[in-house]
Amino acid sequence: MTILQARELAIRFGGIKAVDGITFDVAEGEIFTIIGPNGAGKTTIFNLISRIYDASGGRLLFEGIDITRVPPHEIAGRGIARTFQNVELFEHATLLQNLLLGQHAHRQTRLWEELLFLPGVRSSERKIRRRVEEVIDFLDLQRYRDATVHDLPYGVRKIIELARALCTRPKLILLDEPSSGLNVEETEDLSFWIRDIRDDLGITVVMVEHDLSLVNDVSDRVMAVNSGRLLTIGSPATVQSHPDVVKAYLGG
Amino acid sequence: MRFIFKTRYDQDIGLFPHRGTVFWYSLLSVALVAAPFLIAPYYVGELSFLFIWSLAGLSLMVLAGYAGLISIGHAAFLGIGAYVHVYLIHRGVPFLPAMLSAGATAAAAGVVIGVPAIRMRGLYLAIATLAFSAIVQEVFVRWEALTGGSRGVAVPKPQFFGWSLEGEVGFYYLCLSVLVVCILAILNLLRASTGRAWIAIRDSEIAAQSMGVNLAGYKTLAFAVSAFLAGLAGALFAHKVGYLTPDIFTPILSIQLLMLVMVGGVGSIHGAIFGAIFLVLLPTVIALLRDYLPAGIAQQPALEPGIYGVILVLMVLLEPLGINGLWRKIKFFFWQFPMYKSATFKRQKTYMRTERLR
Repeated sequence: MTILQARELAIRFGGIKAVDGITFDVAEGEIFTIIGPNGAGKTTIFNLISRIYDASGGRLLFEGIDITRVPPHEIAGRGIARTFQNVELFEHATLLQNLLLGQHAHRQTRLWEELLFLPGVRSSERKIRRRVEEVIDFLDLQRYRDATVHDLPYGVRKIIELARALCTRPKLILLDEPSSGLNVEETEDLSFWIRDIRDDLGITVVMVEHDLSLVNDVSDRVMAVNSGRLLTIGSPATVQSHPDVVKAYLGG
Repeated sequence: MRFIFKTRYDQDIGLFPHRGTVFWYSLLSVALVAAPFLIAPYYVGELSFLFIWSLAGLSLMVLAGYAGLISIGHAAFLGIGAYVHVYLIHRGVPFLPAMLSAGATAAAAGVVIGVPAIRMRGLYLAIATLAFSAIVQEVFVRWEALTGGSRGVAVPKPQFFGWSLEGEVGFYYLCLSVLVVCILAILNLLRASTGRAWIAIRDSEIAAQSMGVNLAGYKTLAFAVSAFLAGLAGALFAHKVGYLTPDIFTPILSIQLLMLVMVGGVGSIHGAIFGAIFLVLLPTVIALLRDYLPAGIAQQPALEPGIYGVILVLMVLLEPLGINGLWRKIKFFFWQFPMYKSATFKRQKTYMRTERLR
C-alpha cells in the first residue's frame, strides 16, 4: 500500500529550482529517509508536503487523494504531522499545553460551548488529556509535564516536538533532522522510538537525517537528493555506495 | 514549602488549581461586594473606573498577550462601543441590548480591521491599527448625526426596567458584574482549544498551522473577541464620564491601554487587573508626589507622561513580565520558602529560533 506519492514535484523560488521534478512513493508502515548535502532541497520537500509552500509543478497524493492544493491547516487533520529542524515549540506554554494543542486538528467543541465551558467541553478536555498522557508515557516525558518549554534543554525540546507531532494522531509523520543537537545517548533512544512509532503505533515515518548511523539503523529505504534533483532510491547500503551519491557528498 | 499533588485531570482543567486559591478568591469577592458600604462614595466611583479599565485591559490582553497581535488602536473599539451604546440609549433601546449591540458593532469593526491585518505582524500590524484608530476618530468628528461631532453628546444615566442607576453604588455593581462575567468567559476560552490556538499562534505561527490551526480564522476571532470586550468597556465608560467627545478616544488612550498590558504583565489575566490598578493609582500618586517634589520638577507640565515613560522603560528592562511577573516571583519565594534559589528566574538567552520561514 502506498501512503504518499509525489509525482514530478517541483518548486522554484525565482530562478532557483529548489525541488526539480522529484517522483517517489512512500509505502505504508515504512521508514523512509531523505538524505543529501546542505541545500539539496530536503526540508523544502517537507514544506511542500505540509503545504507551507505551494508547489509550482507536480502533484502530491496522500492515501490516493490529491493534497497539492489543500490549505496548510487541513494537513494535520488528514493525518500528516511534522517536526521542525530548529524546534518550533510554543515556548511560553507548558509541555502539557503544547501537547494538548497537538490535538487541535481533532477539535470537537464549538466556540460558544467553550465560552460557557459546558460539560461537553470538560469531557472533551479529559479525553484529549488521556491521549496526551499516552504520548507522555510513550516518550518518558512525565517529569517535564508542567515545565515551561522555554526552561527546558534542547534535547528535551526535540523530544517534545516529536511528542506534539504524535499527539495529532498522524498516519504519516515527517521528522526534520530529529537527531540534530542530540548527544549519542539521546540519538540511540531516538532510534528506538522511531522504530516503536512504526511498529507499535503503526505510523509511517519519513525523515530527513544527516546522521548516517541512525539512517542505516532504522531506514527501510533511503532517497538521495542533490540540488533539487533525485539521485537514487534504494536500501541504505546501496544508496550510500551509489556513485552519484558519493560524488554529491565528496565532489569531483 | 508547598506541593500540589495531582490525582485527577480535572485539577488541571478546573479554574482553581487548589483550595488555597478558592479561599482567596472567595475573600476577594466578599470584599468587593461589601466595599460600597464600607468606603466613601468617591472611592466607589474610582473602583468602578478600575473595573472599566480592567475590562479594556482584558480586551487588549486577549489580543496582544495571548494571540500576540499588538494593537495601538484600541481606543477606536472603545469609542465605537461608547457611541453606538449612547446612540441606541437615546433611541430608547433598553440598557442590556444596547450594550450588547455596542459590543457586537465593535466586534464587527474588529473583524473589518482583522481581515487585512492578519497578513501583518509586529510593528506593521501596530501601525495599521494606529491608522485605523485615527480614521475612526475622524469619523467620530464628522458623523455628527450619530456622535454630535466635536460638540459631543450627553450620556443619560443607565436604566434597568425603568429603574435608574443614579448613584455610584448601583453603577459599581453593574461594572463589577460585567467584568466578572467577561473574565470568566475569557478564562473558559483560554483553558479550551480556542485559547491554546491563540497561544500557539503567538509563539509559533508555522507550528500552529502544521498542528491544524487556521491562522486567519483564529486571528480574526481574536480581533472580534477583543473588540467586543472593548466595546462593552466603551459603553460603561460612556456612562462613567457622562459626556462623549471624539477627543477622548485619541491614540494616547490606546497607548495607555498598551502600557496597562505591558506593565501589568503580558500573557495573564492577573496582569490586566494589576495594570488597571497601576493606571488608576498612578495619577493619584503623582498628584500626591507633587506636594513633596521641588517646585522646578513638580510644576513641569509633562510630568505625568514623563513618569509613565520612565516606568515603562524600567519595566521592559527589569521585569518583562510586569507586575504579574513580580507577584509570581514573590509567591514562588514563599512557596519554596527555605529552598528558594536565587537563580530560579534568571533570564537566559536562547539562540535557537529560526527566522527562516517567517
